[in-house]
Amino acid sequence: MRIGIDVGSTTIKCVVLDDENKIIHNSYERHFAMITEKTKEVMEGVMKKFDIKEPVYLSISGSAGMGLAENAGIPFVQEVYATKVAVSNRIPDTDVVIELGGEDAKILFLKGNLEVRMNGTCAGGTGAFADQMASLMNITGDEMNELATNCEKVYSIASRCGVFAKTDIQPLLNQGARKEDISASIFKAIVNQTITGLAQGHPIEGNVVYLGGPLTFMSYLRDSFDEALHLKGTLPEDSLLFVALGAAYYANEPIDLNEALKKIGEKKEFSVESALEPLFKNEDEYKEFCDRHAKDTVKHRDSFDLSEEVFLGIDSGSTTLKLVLIDRDGNILYDRYTSNQGRPIDVVVELLKEMYENYPDLKVTRAAVTGYGEEMMKSALGINLGIVETVAHFTAAKFFLPDVEFIIDIGGQDMKCFKIVNGAIDNIFLNEACSSGCGSFLQTFAGSLGYEIAEFAKIGLFGRNPVDLGSRCTVFMNSSVKQAQKEGVLVEDISAGLSISVVKNALYKVIRVHTAKELGEKIVVQGGTFLNDAVLRAFEKELGVNVIRPDIAGMMGAYGAALYAKNSKSTAEGGLISKEELNEFTYETKSINCNGCNNHCNLTVNTFPGGRKFIGGNKCEKPVTKKSSDDSLNLYEYKLEYFRKTLEHQPENPKGTIGLPMALNMYEMMPFWHAFFTSLDYKVQISGFSNRKMYIKGQGTIPSDTVCFPAKMVHGHIIQLIEDGVDAIFFPCLTFNFNEKRGENHYNCAVIAGYPEVIGANIRDFKNCKYICEYLGPHNKKHFKKSMWELMNKYFDPISKAEVYSACDVAYAAYELYVNEIRNKAMEIIQVCRMQNKKIVCLAGRPYHTDPEINHGIHKLIAQLGFGVISEDSVSYYMKKITLNLRNQWTYHARLFSAAAYVSRQPDMYLVHLVSFGCGLDAITTDEVRSILESEGKLYTQIKIDEVTNLGAVKIRLRSLIAAIAQQEEEAK
Amino acid sequence: MKTTLKHFKKRVEYSLKMKREKYTILIPEMAPLHFRLIKPILARDGYNTDLMGYEGPEVLKKGLQYVHNDICYPCLLITGQMLTAMESGKYDPNKVAMMITQSGGGCRDSNYINLMRKAFEKAGYPQVPFLSANTWFMEYNSGVLMRISTLFMAVAGMVYGDFLMILGNQVRPYEINKGETDALIDKWIEFLINEFEHGRGYSKKAMRKNLHAMGEEFIKIQKTDEKKVKVAIVGELFLKYSVPGNNHLEEFLAEQNCEVYMPSMLGFGVYKTNGALEELKKFGGKPWKRVIMEIVMKWYFGIEDLLISAIEEFPQFTAPERVTDLVHRAEGIIDRANSMGEGWYVAAEVLEFAEHGYENVVCVQPFGCLPCHVAVKGVLNKVRQVNPKVNAVDIEYDPGATKVNQENRIKLMLAVARENLEKENA
Repeated sequence: MRIGIDVGSTTIKCVVLDDENKIIHNSYERHFAMITEKTKEVMEGVMKKFDIKEPVYLSISGSAGMGLAENAGIPFVQEVYATKVAVSNRIPDTDVVIELGGEDAKILFLKGNLEVRMNGTCAGGTGAFADQMASLMNITGDEMNELATNCEKVYSIASRCGVFAKTDIQPLLNQGARKEDISASIFKAIVNQTITGLAQGHPIEGNVVYLGGPLTFMSYLRDSFDEALHLKGTLPEDSLLFVALGAAYYANEPIDLNEALKKIGEKKEFSVESALEPLFKNEDEYKEFCDRHAKDTVKHRDSFDLSEEVFLGIDSGSTTLKLVLIDRDGNILYDRYTSNQGRPIDVVVELLKEMYENYPDLKVTRAAVTGYGEEMMKSALGINLGIVETVAHFTAAKFFLPDVEFIIDIGGQDMKCFKIVNGAIDNIFLNEACSSGCGSFLQTFAGSLGYEIAEFAKIGLFGRNPVDLGSRCTVFMNSSVKQAQKEGVLVEDISAGLSISVVKNALYKVIRVHTAKELGEKIVVQGGTFLNDAVLRAFEKELGVNVIRPDIAGMMGAYGAALYAKNSKSTAEGGLISKEELNEFTYETKSINCNGCNNHCNLTVNTFPGGRKFIGGNKCEKPVTKKSSDDSLNLYEYKLEYFRKTLEHQPENPKGTIGLPMALNMYEMMPFWHAFFTSLDYKVQISGFSNRKMYIKGQGTIPSDTVCFPAKMVHGHIIQLIEDGVDAIFFPCLTFNFNEKRGENHYNCAVIAGYPEVIGANIRDFKNCKYICEYLGPHNKKHFKKSMWELMNKYFDPISKAEVYSACDVAYAAYELYVNEIRNKAMEIIQVCRMQNKKIVCLAGRPYHTDPEINHGIHKLIAQLGFGVISEDSVSYYMKKITLNLRNQWTYHARLFSAAAYVSRQPDMYLVHLVSFGCGLDAITTDEVRSILESEGKLYTQIKIDEVTNLGAVKIRLRSLIAAIAQQEEEAK
Repeated sequence: MKTTLKHFKKRVEYSLKMKREKYTILIPEMAPLHFRLIKPILARDGYNTDLMGYEGPEVLKKGLQYVHNDICYPCLLITGQMLTAMESGKYDPNKVAMMITQSGGGCRDSNYINLMRKAFEKAGYPQVPFLSANTWFMEYNSGVLMRISTLFMAVAGMVYGDFLMILGNQVRPYEINKGETDALIDKWIEFLINEFEHGRGYSKKAMRKNLHAMGEEFIKIQKTDEKKVKVAIVGELFLKYSVPGNNHLEEFLAEQNCEVYMPSMLGFGVYKTNGALEELKKFGGKPWKRVIMEIVMKWYFGIEDLLISAIEEFPQFTAPERVTDLVHRAEGIIDRANSMGEGWYVAAEVLEFAEHGYENVVCVQPFGCLPCHVAVKGVLNKVRQVNPKVNAVDIEYDPGATKVNQENRIKLMLAVARENLEKENA
């Protein structure tokens, strides 16, 4: 008899094999973090059932079982290896195993030498992720599977990390997208994540076996895998038990179970090193804390005269809906705070009906909306006042602390922090790319440990040794929690530790403070998460200052909106939908594909009573206004147009076709290479501008899941060129960029310099295409010409030195022309803007941020907000050499610094810094650009962009910028 | 002329006065064995130095607080160590200087020193001078005056360190009398410190003699003939060697009953310096630069040869390959002109070690390391195609990465390694 136990992150499984390797017993249950107890229970169960007295063969596996096995002296087998053992025993002709677990995902390549991939530090797309997404929609995993089978369309959801996906799904829910479609999209995202994140360029083919909980329970997930991989995988019997089964096969050492049980029982002292100070030393401290915070309240009036003027504020947040009714003096007459249940319109209608039930003759003087769902609420409820969230929060905070210096708001999904200087919002920090450390994160954790959030927070208040869980992403924290559990840390210490982590994440990751002093003395904290005393306390302790938490911390947005409505001078009709209209309120949701441009946005169209329409999911105003946007003052569009025009020039009788992948530095070098090859009579073809489909084409060959999105995009471009059947793909490695004489050196970043090598090493089949990825140095004209002559003779028909040399001259001239055209156009834009009294935004990033799939149309968004848009490379030449607190050694970044220096000296210009998620160099540049701008009193605005970007957050940032500019100007007057 | 921007702050120079006042120069302890020789070497020229090996969550917290969270782990960790040292009470904050390497290449490490200065500025120590350890004459400091002989001695220290490390690692796992290898290493380090203090031991002749004597003693250590899983550690330079950096990786592998091969540090230096010459060849440049680099490389290759020949005298030990041979291993995988960060070196090393019996590899890299996207993750698939026996796991380090996750991944690699070892022995 052999016993195998698999202690996973959420479940514990046990298999007993008889001497013929038949399964004679198995069990599968959740352990709710009580690992030792559950393991004992399972072992005792087996002992009893089979009346075991003698030592038996036993081994333990699973991510949470390692420490336990070590303590008990039971052989441990790594879980992936256990799977391998089980598969080779049960299904010997398997080529690939895909196993998704609670918190982990693995692929095993069994053909040839064993290769195993498992999720590393950055993960997502696992079972816990699917559960989380289901709970976001208020359904169970099974229901999600059921719904997905009725999907009509698929949305693109970031597949890299669960946290990102969540930020994509939330706006979809808020726009009213169908749950069927979202469910299916979630499964597709998991599939994409597994393929890019794990296979990392290794093809998945042959006999594929699916294992683990999610793949067992969710048929749609299996189907999605089948579809993406173009094959039919199998789900074996006992697919949940393979790790335990492998452990049983592996067991080859007789273990005395009684002895082992005794050892498991002895709790090992956990390492106190990682313990933090408790939140409260004693009850007295807690009492003082409670008393202090009890002071910050708003007056509530229970009854009021119906003839009074009353004002309504609605905050349609990412997960919640808040509604506040106030009087002339800001007293609260009525308020509601509820979850939006993924269908905010239905919920708000219910809330309003309820309000009218309480006050049947209520007449709202003015109403205002704020939050994610602002636009949708406005059209649904016929409200015409809207206010950007940041300003709403600031307005509310001022009510409590007129000279507030810093506001931090942690909600369910998002975090907003802003610094107030001279009564204006000066600096905004949003968690654009990552929502770990927000309320829903705590909630999910509490849930996974089997607690309600309120109870979970409460037990954390008095944890004696809060455990240090780090301050990064949820995924990292999952494994920290796992480790803590393994070490036997108490739940209260985990709870306290999580609260501390939330705070640290906000302070060190989102706001990036160095000392408490930077935030000032007058701090207002708000957002639902701060109603949690453990978080509030952790925040005060971490900063070492006492802060103000209003009693309506969770409703500050709505309160701010109400105050705004009160102060507004608007007299327009249609302040709020009437009671009668409300009773007959119905609406219709349709999802369609916009065909207005290349983006082909997935639009959700909501039609409300009175024919009011709300369109969501659009990247530009075209589907709303039915007009093409005006691109005349948008340099980004001009660049794209320039590239299109450049390609019109082609030789009449081409010798062959050269394919250029339109990615990374090609967004600047294309005119150069185009001129070179066309002047030698080669046709030049580009892979086209990026789109989602192209990305998916290449994702199976991406070896590093944490590299920046612009680099990942390259793979799709190369595959596109191979499919187009060009004769050669030309994608040289350029270690150095042109020397623009700005700094100490003129490098390209390591990714740009070396990525062509990555392509060569990971795309297995170039078909009949030559792939040319030589190292070239166009910065050194003389040497470059020689290299090109050698290159041409190496890859193509013999050609004379003179011909190549003159082609090089043509190329340099074409590049110079391009650079000058861009500069001249920028100058023109600046002049026109100045004449029209328009402000100018320098959207500063890298040349490849011109790619519409990479910048997500942010340049258009800025143009629609009434700015002229220029790029960093178009103005950097005004400031050549500048002093920096850095070694200025990368050409692209040197331009960025120069552009920042230039913009900082122009009164009507603002800089918006585009940063690719995962760009290592921007970890260096952001602080420098910020300090260049701030030293001249300019606002710094940074937008992080990734595979999928939440344009809602981008809009908030840009609108806040506009509000801040307006206020600055007001004061200047 | 440069335009001076308002945010600009002039860096604090390490002056002659500071040197005379015996400022303590703090150096992050990168490799535990090699760095034991640094203090006595620098003391010759009147520098008072100390090594920092701080680790733990508090150290990381300081790093997280003062540098950008997305910066590489080594930078974050070292900044944390430096600030921990400042607050330790061990040093006078007004009489201390920091030393850090600066490669000047296209990797982010060229800017570590500046990020650390910013961190110190914010932490309230703007007065502390930072010394850049580099080979390209970047950042002049009037207080840095060293005899040429001291520089040669530093190179000798690297040779000795490599020799002791490479032989020690091949003996220690099999020694019958526990602790014998380390005792031998300690003995020789003490001997070398004494030699250096007396201005001896760094000539080529002396090195050859000492290395031979060391080797003779290593082969006398009694060993078992047990077959152990052989693992090589490759990847980003700092993480390979630094104990706080890689969460005691070497110790962990030893506990798992493995023999660990640590690559030569000198070898990386040779690769890196040669990279500058390769760049000149590939992209062109001033002819005089090339002449100088050719001379430097001739000397450097000589030193490399001295070390490797000394190991090769004892055929029972696996010696590292010469960079000039190693570069051929990378052919067809990644071009020799790629020397940004780890460049072609990792791919070549993995293939080298695999051929010498160390086909199990741990590739260490900081989370989000730019060159590693290319040099490690980018080419591993190809490396596996070239030699299918390669059993590699890549491990990422960052302040949030947990030991349990890292060890779990390594254990998987080891399970496959053990299976392969059993097959071989059967």
